[in-house]
Amino acid sequence: MRKTLLYVKQHWQLYLLFLMPALLLTIIFRYIPMGGILIAFQDYNPIRGILGSRWVGFKYFHRFLSSPDFLTYLANTLKLSIFGLLWGFPVPILLALLLNRIQRASIKQKIQTVLYLPNFISVIVLCGLVRILLSVTGPLNQLMGTQINFMTMPGAFRTIYIISGIWQGAGWGSIMYTAALSGASQELREAAIVDGANIFQQIQVVEWPAIKDMVVIQFILQAGNIMSIGFEKAYALQTDLNLATSEIIATYVYKKGLLDGDYAFSTAVGLFNTVINVILLILVNKIVEKMNDGKGL
Amino acid sequence: MKTQKFSRLSLADKALLITGYILLGSFVVAIIIPIIYIIIASFMDPITLQNSGISFDLEKWTVTAYERVLSNSQIWIGFKNAIIYSVVFTFVSVAVTLFAAYPMSRVDFKGRGFFNTIFMITMFFGGGLIPTYLLISNLGLLNSMWAIILPGAFSVWNMIIARTYYQGIPAELREAADVDGANELTYYFLILLPVCTPVITVLALWQFVGMWNSYFDAMIYLNDSAKQPLQLVLRSILIQNQPESGMISDMQSTAARAQLAELLKYATIIISSLPLLIMYPFFQKYFDSGIMVGSVKG
Repeated sequence: MRKTLLYVKQHWQLYLLFLMPALLLTIIFRYIPMGGILIAFQDYNPIRGILGSRWVGFKYFHRFLSSPDFLTYLANTLKLSIFGLLWGFPVPILLALLLNRIQRASIKQKIQTVLYLPNFISVIVLCGLVRILLSVTGPLNQLMGTQINFMTMPGAFRTIYIISGIWQGAGWGSIMYTAALSGASQELREAAIVDGANIFQQIQVVEWPAIKDMVVIQFILQAGNIMSIGFEKAYALQTDLNLATSEIIATYVYKKGLLDGDYAFSTAVGLFNTVINVILLILVNKIVEKMNDGKGL
Repeated sequence: MKTQKFSRLSLADKALLITGYILLGSFVVAIIIPIIYIIIASFMDPITLQNSGISFDLEKWTVTAYERVLSNSQIWIGFKNAIIYSVVFTFVSVAVTLFAAYPMSRVDFKGRGFFNTIFMITMFFGGGLIPTYLLISNLGLLNSMWAIILPGAFSVWNMIIARTYYQGIPAELREAADVDGANELTYYFLILLPVCTPVITVLALWQFVGMWNSYFDAMIYLNDSAKQPLQLVLRSILIQNQPESGMISDMQSTAARAQLAELLKYATIIISSLPLLIMYPFFQKYFDSGIMVGSVKG
């Protein structure tokens, strides 16, 4: 104890100058809102505050879980992110493997520049672009000679969301695999070639060992986050007519809470989402640990 | 990486590789085509565009859309705000993150495990939208730029990256500094930080681009149109179909107004995306190295 005190006294700068700003920001903007979760269990009244509002237990959770919309929004959230993960996850790996096969560094670099470019377009511009390209009088319809309004079709929303996501993010997502591939063993490659291995076999012994850990980490991170799928893009691609598939929990929380002012209910829905997300993260990590000889995150 | 010469591959491998390259090529084309389309379309006159799509007949080209967008003050207010917010956010965020990473990188730092737990919990669990909104509102930060800067200023993820980087710095540097009798601050600012420029650049670029491109926080916390960043101005033009009134109000018919509003979108996309897209190739090598930096931690 005295040793610790002495250490802190000698190294006070580490605590007060270096750590304090981050600690304060974390406590104020991360931990205080966690206390605010209590309003999910209250008939929250902003004037009376948390201490003065009436406690109602799980009333709002019941209201949400028993409402017919609950299953729709939960399914929309899960489908959007699970399909997004299944379609989107392999693309960056494939891109990295293909890039790795290109011998001429100058060509490879030019392709990479183009592949990474969409990452710097904002969500709003991306969604604006999508809306223009798919509009009734837009180029896609002109090309096909049709007049389909894709943005108002509930059936098209997920496809639009996922394809535009791959368009924007797959190139950028390939960077870390490309980086990992730079650690692949050249000797193994030469040995494999001498042994007459075809490309698939080469990938198995040369490329795959180099990127395996990265693939596992990325999968855990993305699978663990399927409930926290982003608000920004779903909201920007929403129209009044595609809500049947585009209303996810995040957009619902925003509308209920900030547009309708239903604070308690919205907080309950948000908490429900967070808890499921934490459980998923733990589950995915456990499963991967089993499959990956005890190595998880 | 060196692989065999293409001519020495088996037939099946050649077919596989060609298929792969065609896929890669299509992906590249799929990225470029929409961008080129928007660029060309932004110069078309609205009626031609709506009736027959883009044309390469230069007589039909016009810069009307650009004139109208660029002469609108709201776009410029958006640019100005976006620059201010992004610069301030980048500065605050990178400073706080780099500072915190320093004690957390030291093996002898007492309380390291405890603080680490405190930080890590926030990566998985949080109060959510409404409690955070009520806090910001109670702090009197609504309609203040600090509402979109402070809550996200400290990033645990980036702290881990900076910490990993610090730990990769040879210990001799520290020993040499101790011999010279340098104190903590001298060592940190004059010796450690100067050798960390790669990671600092990367974190700064990430934070800048992140703030520049986001809109959610600004949408919920900043209602005053004089405080709106670029992305919110874009949102009303591109997503809500509500161009700033001065841009189209001189058009007589509703149809002409709708056509012009559509055309303005193209020019708006180009004007708003240009700064980052032009800057990006110059910074590309930093981003690439940043992924290396980030991937070390595993």
